[in-house]
Formats: sequence, C-alpha cells, structure tokens
Amino acid sequence: MKITVVGAGPSGLYFALLMKRNDPSHEITVLERNPPDATYGWGVVFSEDTLAELRDADYPTYLAFDEALVRWSAIDVRYRDRTLRSFGHGFSAIARPKLLSILQERARDLGVDLRFGVEVADVNELDGDLIVGADGVRSVVRAASEKQFATTWEGLGSRYVWYGTDLVFDVFTFIFRQTKYGLFQVHGYPIDGQRSTFIVETTEQTWRNAGLDRMTEQESLAFCADLFADHLGEHRLLSNASVWRTFDTIRNRSWSTGKTVIMGDAAHTAHFSIGSGTKLAIEDAVALAKAFAAHPENLPAAFAEYELERQGAVERFQEAATDSARYFEQVSRYLDFEPEQFEFNLLTRSGRITYADLELRDPAVVNRIDRLVGAAPQRIVTQPSGMTPLQIGDLTVPNRVVLAPVLADSSDEGTPGADVRAALVEAAEAGAGLVMAGPVAVSAHGRITSGSPGLWTAAHAGEWQAVVAAVRAAGSAAALRLTHSGRRGSTRPRTRGVDRPLGRGGWTTLAPSAIPYAPWMPAPAAAEEQHFRDVAEDFAATASFAAQSGAAALVIDCSDGYLLASFLSPLSNQRMDGYGGSLENRLRYPLEILDAVRGAWPADRPVGVRLVADDRHRGGLTPDDAVEIARRMAAAGAAFFDVAAGLTVGTDAGAGDYRRLYQVQLADRIRNEAGVPVIAGGRITTLDEINTVVAAGRADLCVLDPRRYR
Amino acid sequence: MRIGIGLPTSTPGATGHGLLDWARRADEGPFSSLGVVDRMVYDSYDPLVALAAAAGVTTRLTLCTMIAISPIRRTAVLAKQAASVDAISGGRLVLGVSIGARRDDYEAAGAQYAGRGAQLSRQLAELRDIWDDEQVGPRPSSSGGPVLLVGGGSGASFQRAARHADGYVHGGGPPRAFASAADKARAAWVEAGRPGEPTLWGQSYFSLTGGGAGDAYMRDYYAFTGGFVERIAAGLLTTPEAIREQIRGYADAGCEELVLLPATSDPAELDALADVVA
Repeated sequence: MKITVVGAGPSGLYFALLMKRNDPSHEITVLERNPPDATYGWGVVFSEDTLAELRDADYPTYLAFDEALVRWSAIDVRYRDRTLRSFGHGFSAIARPKLLSILQERARDLGVDLRFGVEVADVNELDGDLIVGADGVRSVVRAASEKQFATTWEGLGSRYVWYGTDLVFDVFTFIFRQTKYGLFQVHGYPIDGQRSTFIVETTEQTWRNAGLDRMTEQESLAFCADLFADHLGEHRLLSNASVWRTFDTIRNRSWSTGKTVIMGDAAHTAHFSIGSGTKLAIEDAVALAKAFAAHPENLPAAFAEYELERQGAVERFQEAATDSARYFEQVSRYLDFEPEQFEFNLLTRSGRITYADLELRDPAVVNRIDRLVGAAPQRIVTQPSGMTPLQIGDLTVPNRVVLAPVLADSSDEGTPGADVRAALVEAAEAGAGLVMAGPVAVSAHGRITSGSPGLWTAAHAGEWQAVVAAVRAAGSAAALRLTHSGRRGSTRPRTRGVDRPLGRGGWTTLAPSAIPYAPWMPAPAAAEEQHFRDVAEDFAATASFAAQSGAAALVIDCSDGYLLASFLSPLSNQRMDGYGGSLENRLRYPLEILDAVRGAWPADRPVGVRLVADDRHRGGLTPDDAVEIARRMAAAGAAFFDVAAGLTVGTDAGAGDYRRLYQVQLADRIRNEAGVPVIAGGRITTLDEINTVVAAGRADLCVLDPRRYR
Repeated sequence: MRIGIGLPTSTPGATGHGLLDWARRADEGPFSSLGVVDRMVYDSYDPLVALAAAAGVTTRLTLCTMIAISPIRRTAVLAKQAASVDAISGGRLVLGVSIGARRDDYEAAGAQYAGRGAQLSRQLAELRDIWDDEQVGPRPSSSGGPVLLVGGGSGASFQRAARHADGYVHGGGPPRAFASAADKARAAWVEAGRPGEPTLWGQSYFSLTGGGAGDAYMRDYYAFTGGFVERIAAGLLTTPEAIREQIRGYADAGCEELVLLPATSDPAELDALADVVA
C-alpha cells in the first residue's frame, strides 16, 4: 500500500514504523509541518501496562525507550505542611524530544520516508491508498471531514501552563498551594536525569484574581516561580513557549471515512491529569497496525476492527480523565480535609483506582485512611472505612451501608403488607448499617399508589413497631422515609409501570400549582391554606407515630417529584404567593414541614431530608440551588441529606446517564459545599465502591444495590 | 437464559410461504421465542402482521417485536393490533418498542420525527390504558396487557423502560455492551422506584449457511449508519463457536432471552442454529 501519514508525533511515527516493519513493500511517507527537532511539551508518562504493550509491539524501540526512561513507583502529595507518600503506582516517563528521536530513527532505519517542514494545504490533494491523520489536537485531516467524523469539543474549566524545571523530582508530585487569590496546584514528574515536567493549574476565577490573564509569558513564569519558590529551592522554572491554556476534550463518533483514518489526539483527547494522551495515541497505532495485519489492503475491515478495538477503551479513559479534571476544578472544596483523606480522595479521583486497588498497591495508605475514618488514630488493626460506625447526633449507625429495598405495593389502606416487612428485615439481616423504609405515606391521600404503605393510624404504628423491632434486633438502625406523594399520587401499583392513574377509587392529588406530572395524568389541585395546615399536621402526626414505633431516624421526602420536591422545583411550583417564586419562597413549605416534624419527634433522634439535588432539566432546580437548600435546611435542624436527582417531571427530560456511581458527584458536592452528612445512591453495587466513596469523603453513607451479592 | 430465533422478515427472498414454514420449524425446534425486526422504508414485512401469521402456525413460541418503531404508528391502532396478536396467539406476544434510528421511516409513515422520544413515552402510558379499556377489544390475555420492552441506548431510553415497561431489549453487540446496558437498565429501574427487576432481552445476528449473503444483507440493512456499518457487519456471528461464545457471554451478563436473528432467509440457517443451541 501507499500510505501517507500526516503528523510525526508519537502515534504517526509508531504506526509508520510498525507498518513498514510488518510489510517492507508498503510505501510510507510521514509529513510533518515542524522541523525534526522541534519540541512541544516536556515529558510524557507511561504506565507499566503501556510499556508491556510497547515491548510486544516492537522490541527494538522498546529497548531504546527502556534506556531513556525514568521510573518511579511513588506519588507524593504536598498539602498544607505535610508530604504524604504512597507506593506501588508503577509509572515511567520520558522526555518528549527523546521519545520522538527514538521513533524517527527507527522509522528511518526501516525505510519510512520522513519529510519535515511540510505544510499540508489541502488534505484532498494527498496521495495514497491510505491517509492517516495523526496530526494532533488541531488536526487538518480531521478538520477536512469533521462532519463524517462527527467531531465534538468539550471545554474543561481550569487554566494550566506546562513548564519544565531543572529540579529533579524523585517521584510524581502533586503540590497544593492556597493563596489569597485561590488555590493553585502543581503536577510534577521527572523526565530525565536533569529535568522535570512542572504543570501549574488553577481555576479560571483564581487565574483572573491573580491577574494572570493580563500577564506576559515572562511575568507568568516569574509569578509561578515565586509561588512555588520554597519547593523549587535554587532551581528554575523553564518555559518552552509555555502559555496558559484551557483543555478541550475532543471526541469523534467515527474515526474513519473513505480511505482516511485518524488516531491519537486527532481522534480523541483526555485531560492531562491522568497522563494518558501519548499512551492512548501509541495504543491506537498498535491497534491500527494490527488491524491491517489481519486485513491486509482491506481498509473498511481494518478500520472497523480498529474502531471496535479502540473506541470503547478510549471512551472509558476519557470519562476517567474528565472526572479527574473535574476533581481538580473543584479541589478547593476539600481544603478542610485532613491530609490522609485529601490524599485518598486525590488518588481515587478518576474512578479507575479504588480502595481495593490501593490496598494492593500500598496497604499503608489504606490503613491511614481507615484509622482516620474510624476515629482510631492509634490502631493498626482497623475496619475498612465503609464498615466503620457513623455518629449522627445521638444516633450511631453501625456501618456505612444503607439498604433501601423498593417496597412492593401490597399494603392495604396503608397497613404494610407481610412482604414489606420481610424485605426490610432481609435488608437488616444482610448487614446494612441503616435500613431505609419508604416511601411511607403520611396520609391516605399522601400515598403514591393504592398499595403504598403508610403511617397515619395507631394500627399502622403497631405494624411499624414490629418492623422496626425486627430490624433493630438484626443489628441495623431503622429510618422511615415520610412521603406525601403530591401530584404523583392516586396511581396504580407499580408492578407494570409508574404514574398510571387509578381512575376509579382515585383521589384528587395536591401540588403547589395545578400542573399535571405527565400529560396522561390528571391535573392536581393547587394547594390552599387549609391544605398547608392539614399536610403539616399529617407529617407531625406521622412523626409522633414513628417515634412510638421506635424508628431511629426520620427522613422527610423532598425528592422524586413528590409533594415537597414539587414545591422546591420551579418546574412544578409556579405560585405567585409566599410559597413560590424565589428559592427562599419555594423552600418555605418544606421548612414548615421540617419544623412540624421536629416538633413531634424526639430531640435526640435525627431528622434527615431526602433532597432532589438536581432536576436534570432545563429551567429546573440546579445543584447550586441544592447546596443552598441543604445549608438552610441544615440550619433549620436537618441532620443529614439523602441526595437524589431527577423524576421532577413525568416526561423524558431529566434522565440520568446511569453509569457506575452516577449520583456520587452530586452527593459529594452537597456534602463538601454545604458541609452536611450525606447519603449517596445511584448504581453503587459493591462494598469496595462504598469503602472508596466513604474513605474519599464523598459521602458518609451509601445506598447499596445488593443484587450482585444475592 | 432462553434462546430465541428471528423470523427472516427483512432478508432477501423472504416469501410468505417461507416465513410460515420457518415459524413452524422454529416452533418444533429448541427455541423459546420468534423475533421480528421493523423498518418502514425497506423490503420487509410488517412485524405485527408477520407475528399474527406466525401465531397461526405455532403453538408455544413467544412472539416478540425486537423492536417495533412505535411512534410511526397511531397508538390506539398499535394497541389493538398488539392485543389482537396477543389474543390470537393465546397470550404469547412480547411487544418491544423503540424510536428506531431512521428519519425516513417517520417521513414515509407521515409521523413526526421531532419529539419522537416524548411520543414514545406517552404511547407506553396509553397502550396500557387502551388494553385496560373495556370498550376497545380484544381483551389481552393478562391484566395490563402483553409484556412491554423498551429499546434504545440513551439515558432517556433506560428511564422510559423503567417507568413504563416491563423491561429492556438491547440492540445488539458484544456481551460487554449488553452487560453495560443491562446495568444501566437496572439502575434506572431502582431510581424509578419499580419493585422487582427489569426483564432483559438481547439480540444478535447470525448466518451459518449463507456464505457472503449474510454479510451483504447486514451491509445493506445498516447502510444508513454510514461509517458504523462495518462495525455492525463485523458483529455477525458466522461460526458455531462464535454463537456459543456469544450465548455464554450474554448468559453471564444476566440476559434472560437472547434472540438470534438470521441474516439470510435460507431455511438451512434454522437447522444449523438448532444444532448449535440444542
């Protein structure tokens, strides 16, 4: 084949040399706009896995790399006045110019035609049976067929500048420095015996506060050198046309069209903070060369195999890199953390490394966080973080696992059926620290379906007393989630679907405004003064019954589109009086209910709130609103928050993405911005995930979906 | 996991007689269900009409649309047709629905393409109501009507399945893709407050006897996906080993019923598959 590769970066060169080695009859030309010794960036990082792949793909280049690599296995976190070191991470780095010269030399030896200083004016004019776009973030090959590739750009929020230094870090080093402008952090690692990469990153806001938006390259360099002078010592920061940038995540739905294929940064970018750009690029080259070995001359088949092989893996990396980038955008939220928790949170930021992974890499890291979370600094024999008790006021929850089984709609006039009790007792016997029972209706009209369990009569209280006693006997704390269904009430049992109106035997539902939950549901009555009083009395009465039943905690339901959530959301609350409009007004009624419940509930037992923290809907409640709501509710006596999202309206908008731990970021935000204990839910399916989330300080309790263990 | 087989309603050379013969033999074979796909602008049979015909010559197979493009059909008419197939077959219908993937199907049917997702959700809610309505027969054989499955890969699809259906039907791919979608379907199910678990169905194309014909069909049927056609065609299972591996992978991922769709109309495909799954 006649192959033209645009771009002599790592992926282009590596692909060219692999193809030429596999079949010397290929005519391969690599076109590069820059001269051969031009360099951008300082060093690149490889993991042990990537090195193994390079060894398998082309042994001679691996040997040359091997001589030039700097290896380390530790990560230092310099935070406040401490340095925490963890081991077992297994990384290596190489200076980028060295990497390129090794690849150039090998490619030339094999007979690849390398042409430097060649600007590609028109991609369509390129000659060849195969055109490879390996020309980086600003790829001209991609740009020429952007529509076919379906290219998207997603800007990430932080500013960063890529410096070098003659300080040689001994391991990968994160430095966090609080200033009067805000927080700055450094990502540093050695690239050879003389120098290190030194990336300075901060938020847009802090960058502007510090006046960096108005500084020249030299002024910025001086500013950063001064900021980190105590870490640099007598060493200098070095600029290589280093200017402040923002990072764009580039994605392409398709990586090939006609005889053209893209790879590396041209096809995808992943935030530098997990150090994977060059790794992914080189893996692309290996995969595409392998695909051509399997399907010689057959472009469509080779492209299909290449995309099948690479796209899924790259997407997962991009997700992890984006999570990591978001961590650094938000990191000032964690500045109250103790160093051990700050470190653990940092190491697990991308979701790719968990508590169990760290236990294997460096047991001491895990031990020090377990001691901290378990409040047992002197112990060495510890429990995993997720198994430690949690104190909420006077309540001790024996571990961090919440089980909240979805209850069958089998109750008769609110009296919980035998299967409701069985499900809750089963949850307790499974070992949950907290068993969350609900939704429990506060009145007949507060039920969701005709079969919802409730608690509004003495007879109900007797039934719940038995349930609570059984849960407690199994060693769990029992919380009752008190719900008024609002405009989602008067529906049929949920065996065949939710929000199916009852029709006969139904009742008029209640909401802040007379807007139906979904187009096929009847309009609710807009709440009037009498309703406000009645529902508050219902909540208070239920709280009294719940107190008699012996429940350890109550949770007021402000989620899932039920009555109190519908007051909070501007999508469902369009009142013009004191209960609608501003956030403060929309909060008024939920706060009145909190007050009523607190008044009827023993002072030594906590009341929490299940809070919709994001409507996931345009014009709806946002996470920013939720932080403010949580702060105010906490001030009014809410002791913890069960963080939920969506379901505010019955139509499609507002779905989650349902990926692993999809709700944890939201819980993290409420916990660490509002400063309140939280329960996280949303596809948490392993105890390792719970250990990770709790140890990292993202949530205090986690709702486990135990299906995997059953 | 149960194994179903597709009825070749969209492959070249599918004749009325051939379809009935295929259905009869599937009913006698080691299969649990008979699945049909749906496309408006293509040389293919209507899924519900094909299943009605199949109902007449089979006694035990579950009859499933994988999927029917629901928003191109008027809801009440779809409800009545589905209830009819269900009644004719003695309650064997499983109705899988989705928004489909092609604008031209909507245009040809005179249905609105914009807002098709919201329309599907509304239809799902209404289908049940119509099946419960005493004025519109026939009465489905079970209360609440046939089993409803929803397909699609977006968050909205998973939420729709959780809110309005009995489960989720996956659009095909390697076991790993199915497992990921199944986990999302379950997460949405829990979020929606549904008791129990979603029913999970999967599908894969196979061709054991067709030679290049299966590949050619895949490329033609999925030509509209542009660059993706190669990857879809690459997923065609052409050896007994590949089929066994797919079955194992899907079973491990928690699939309840895997429907293997033929990529040719050759009746020998059915016999060859029967040998593999027996």
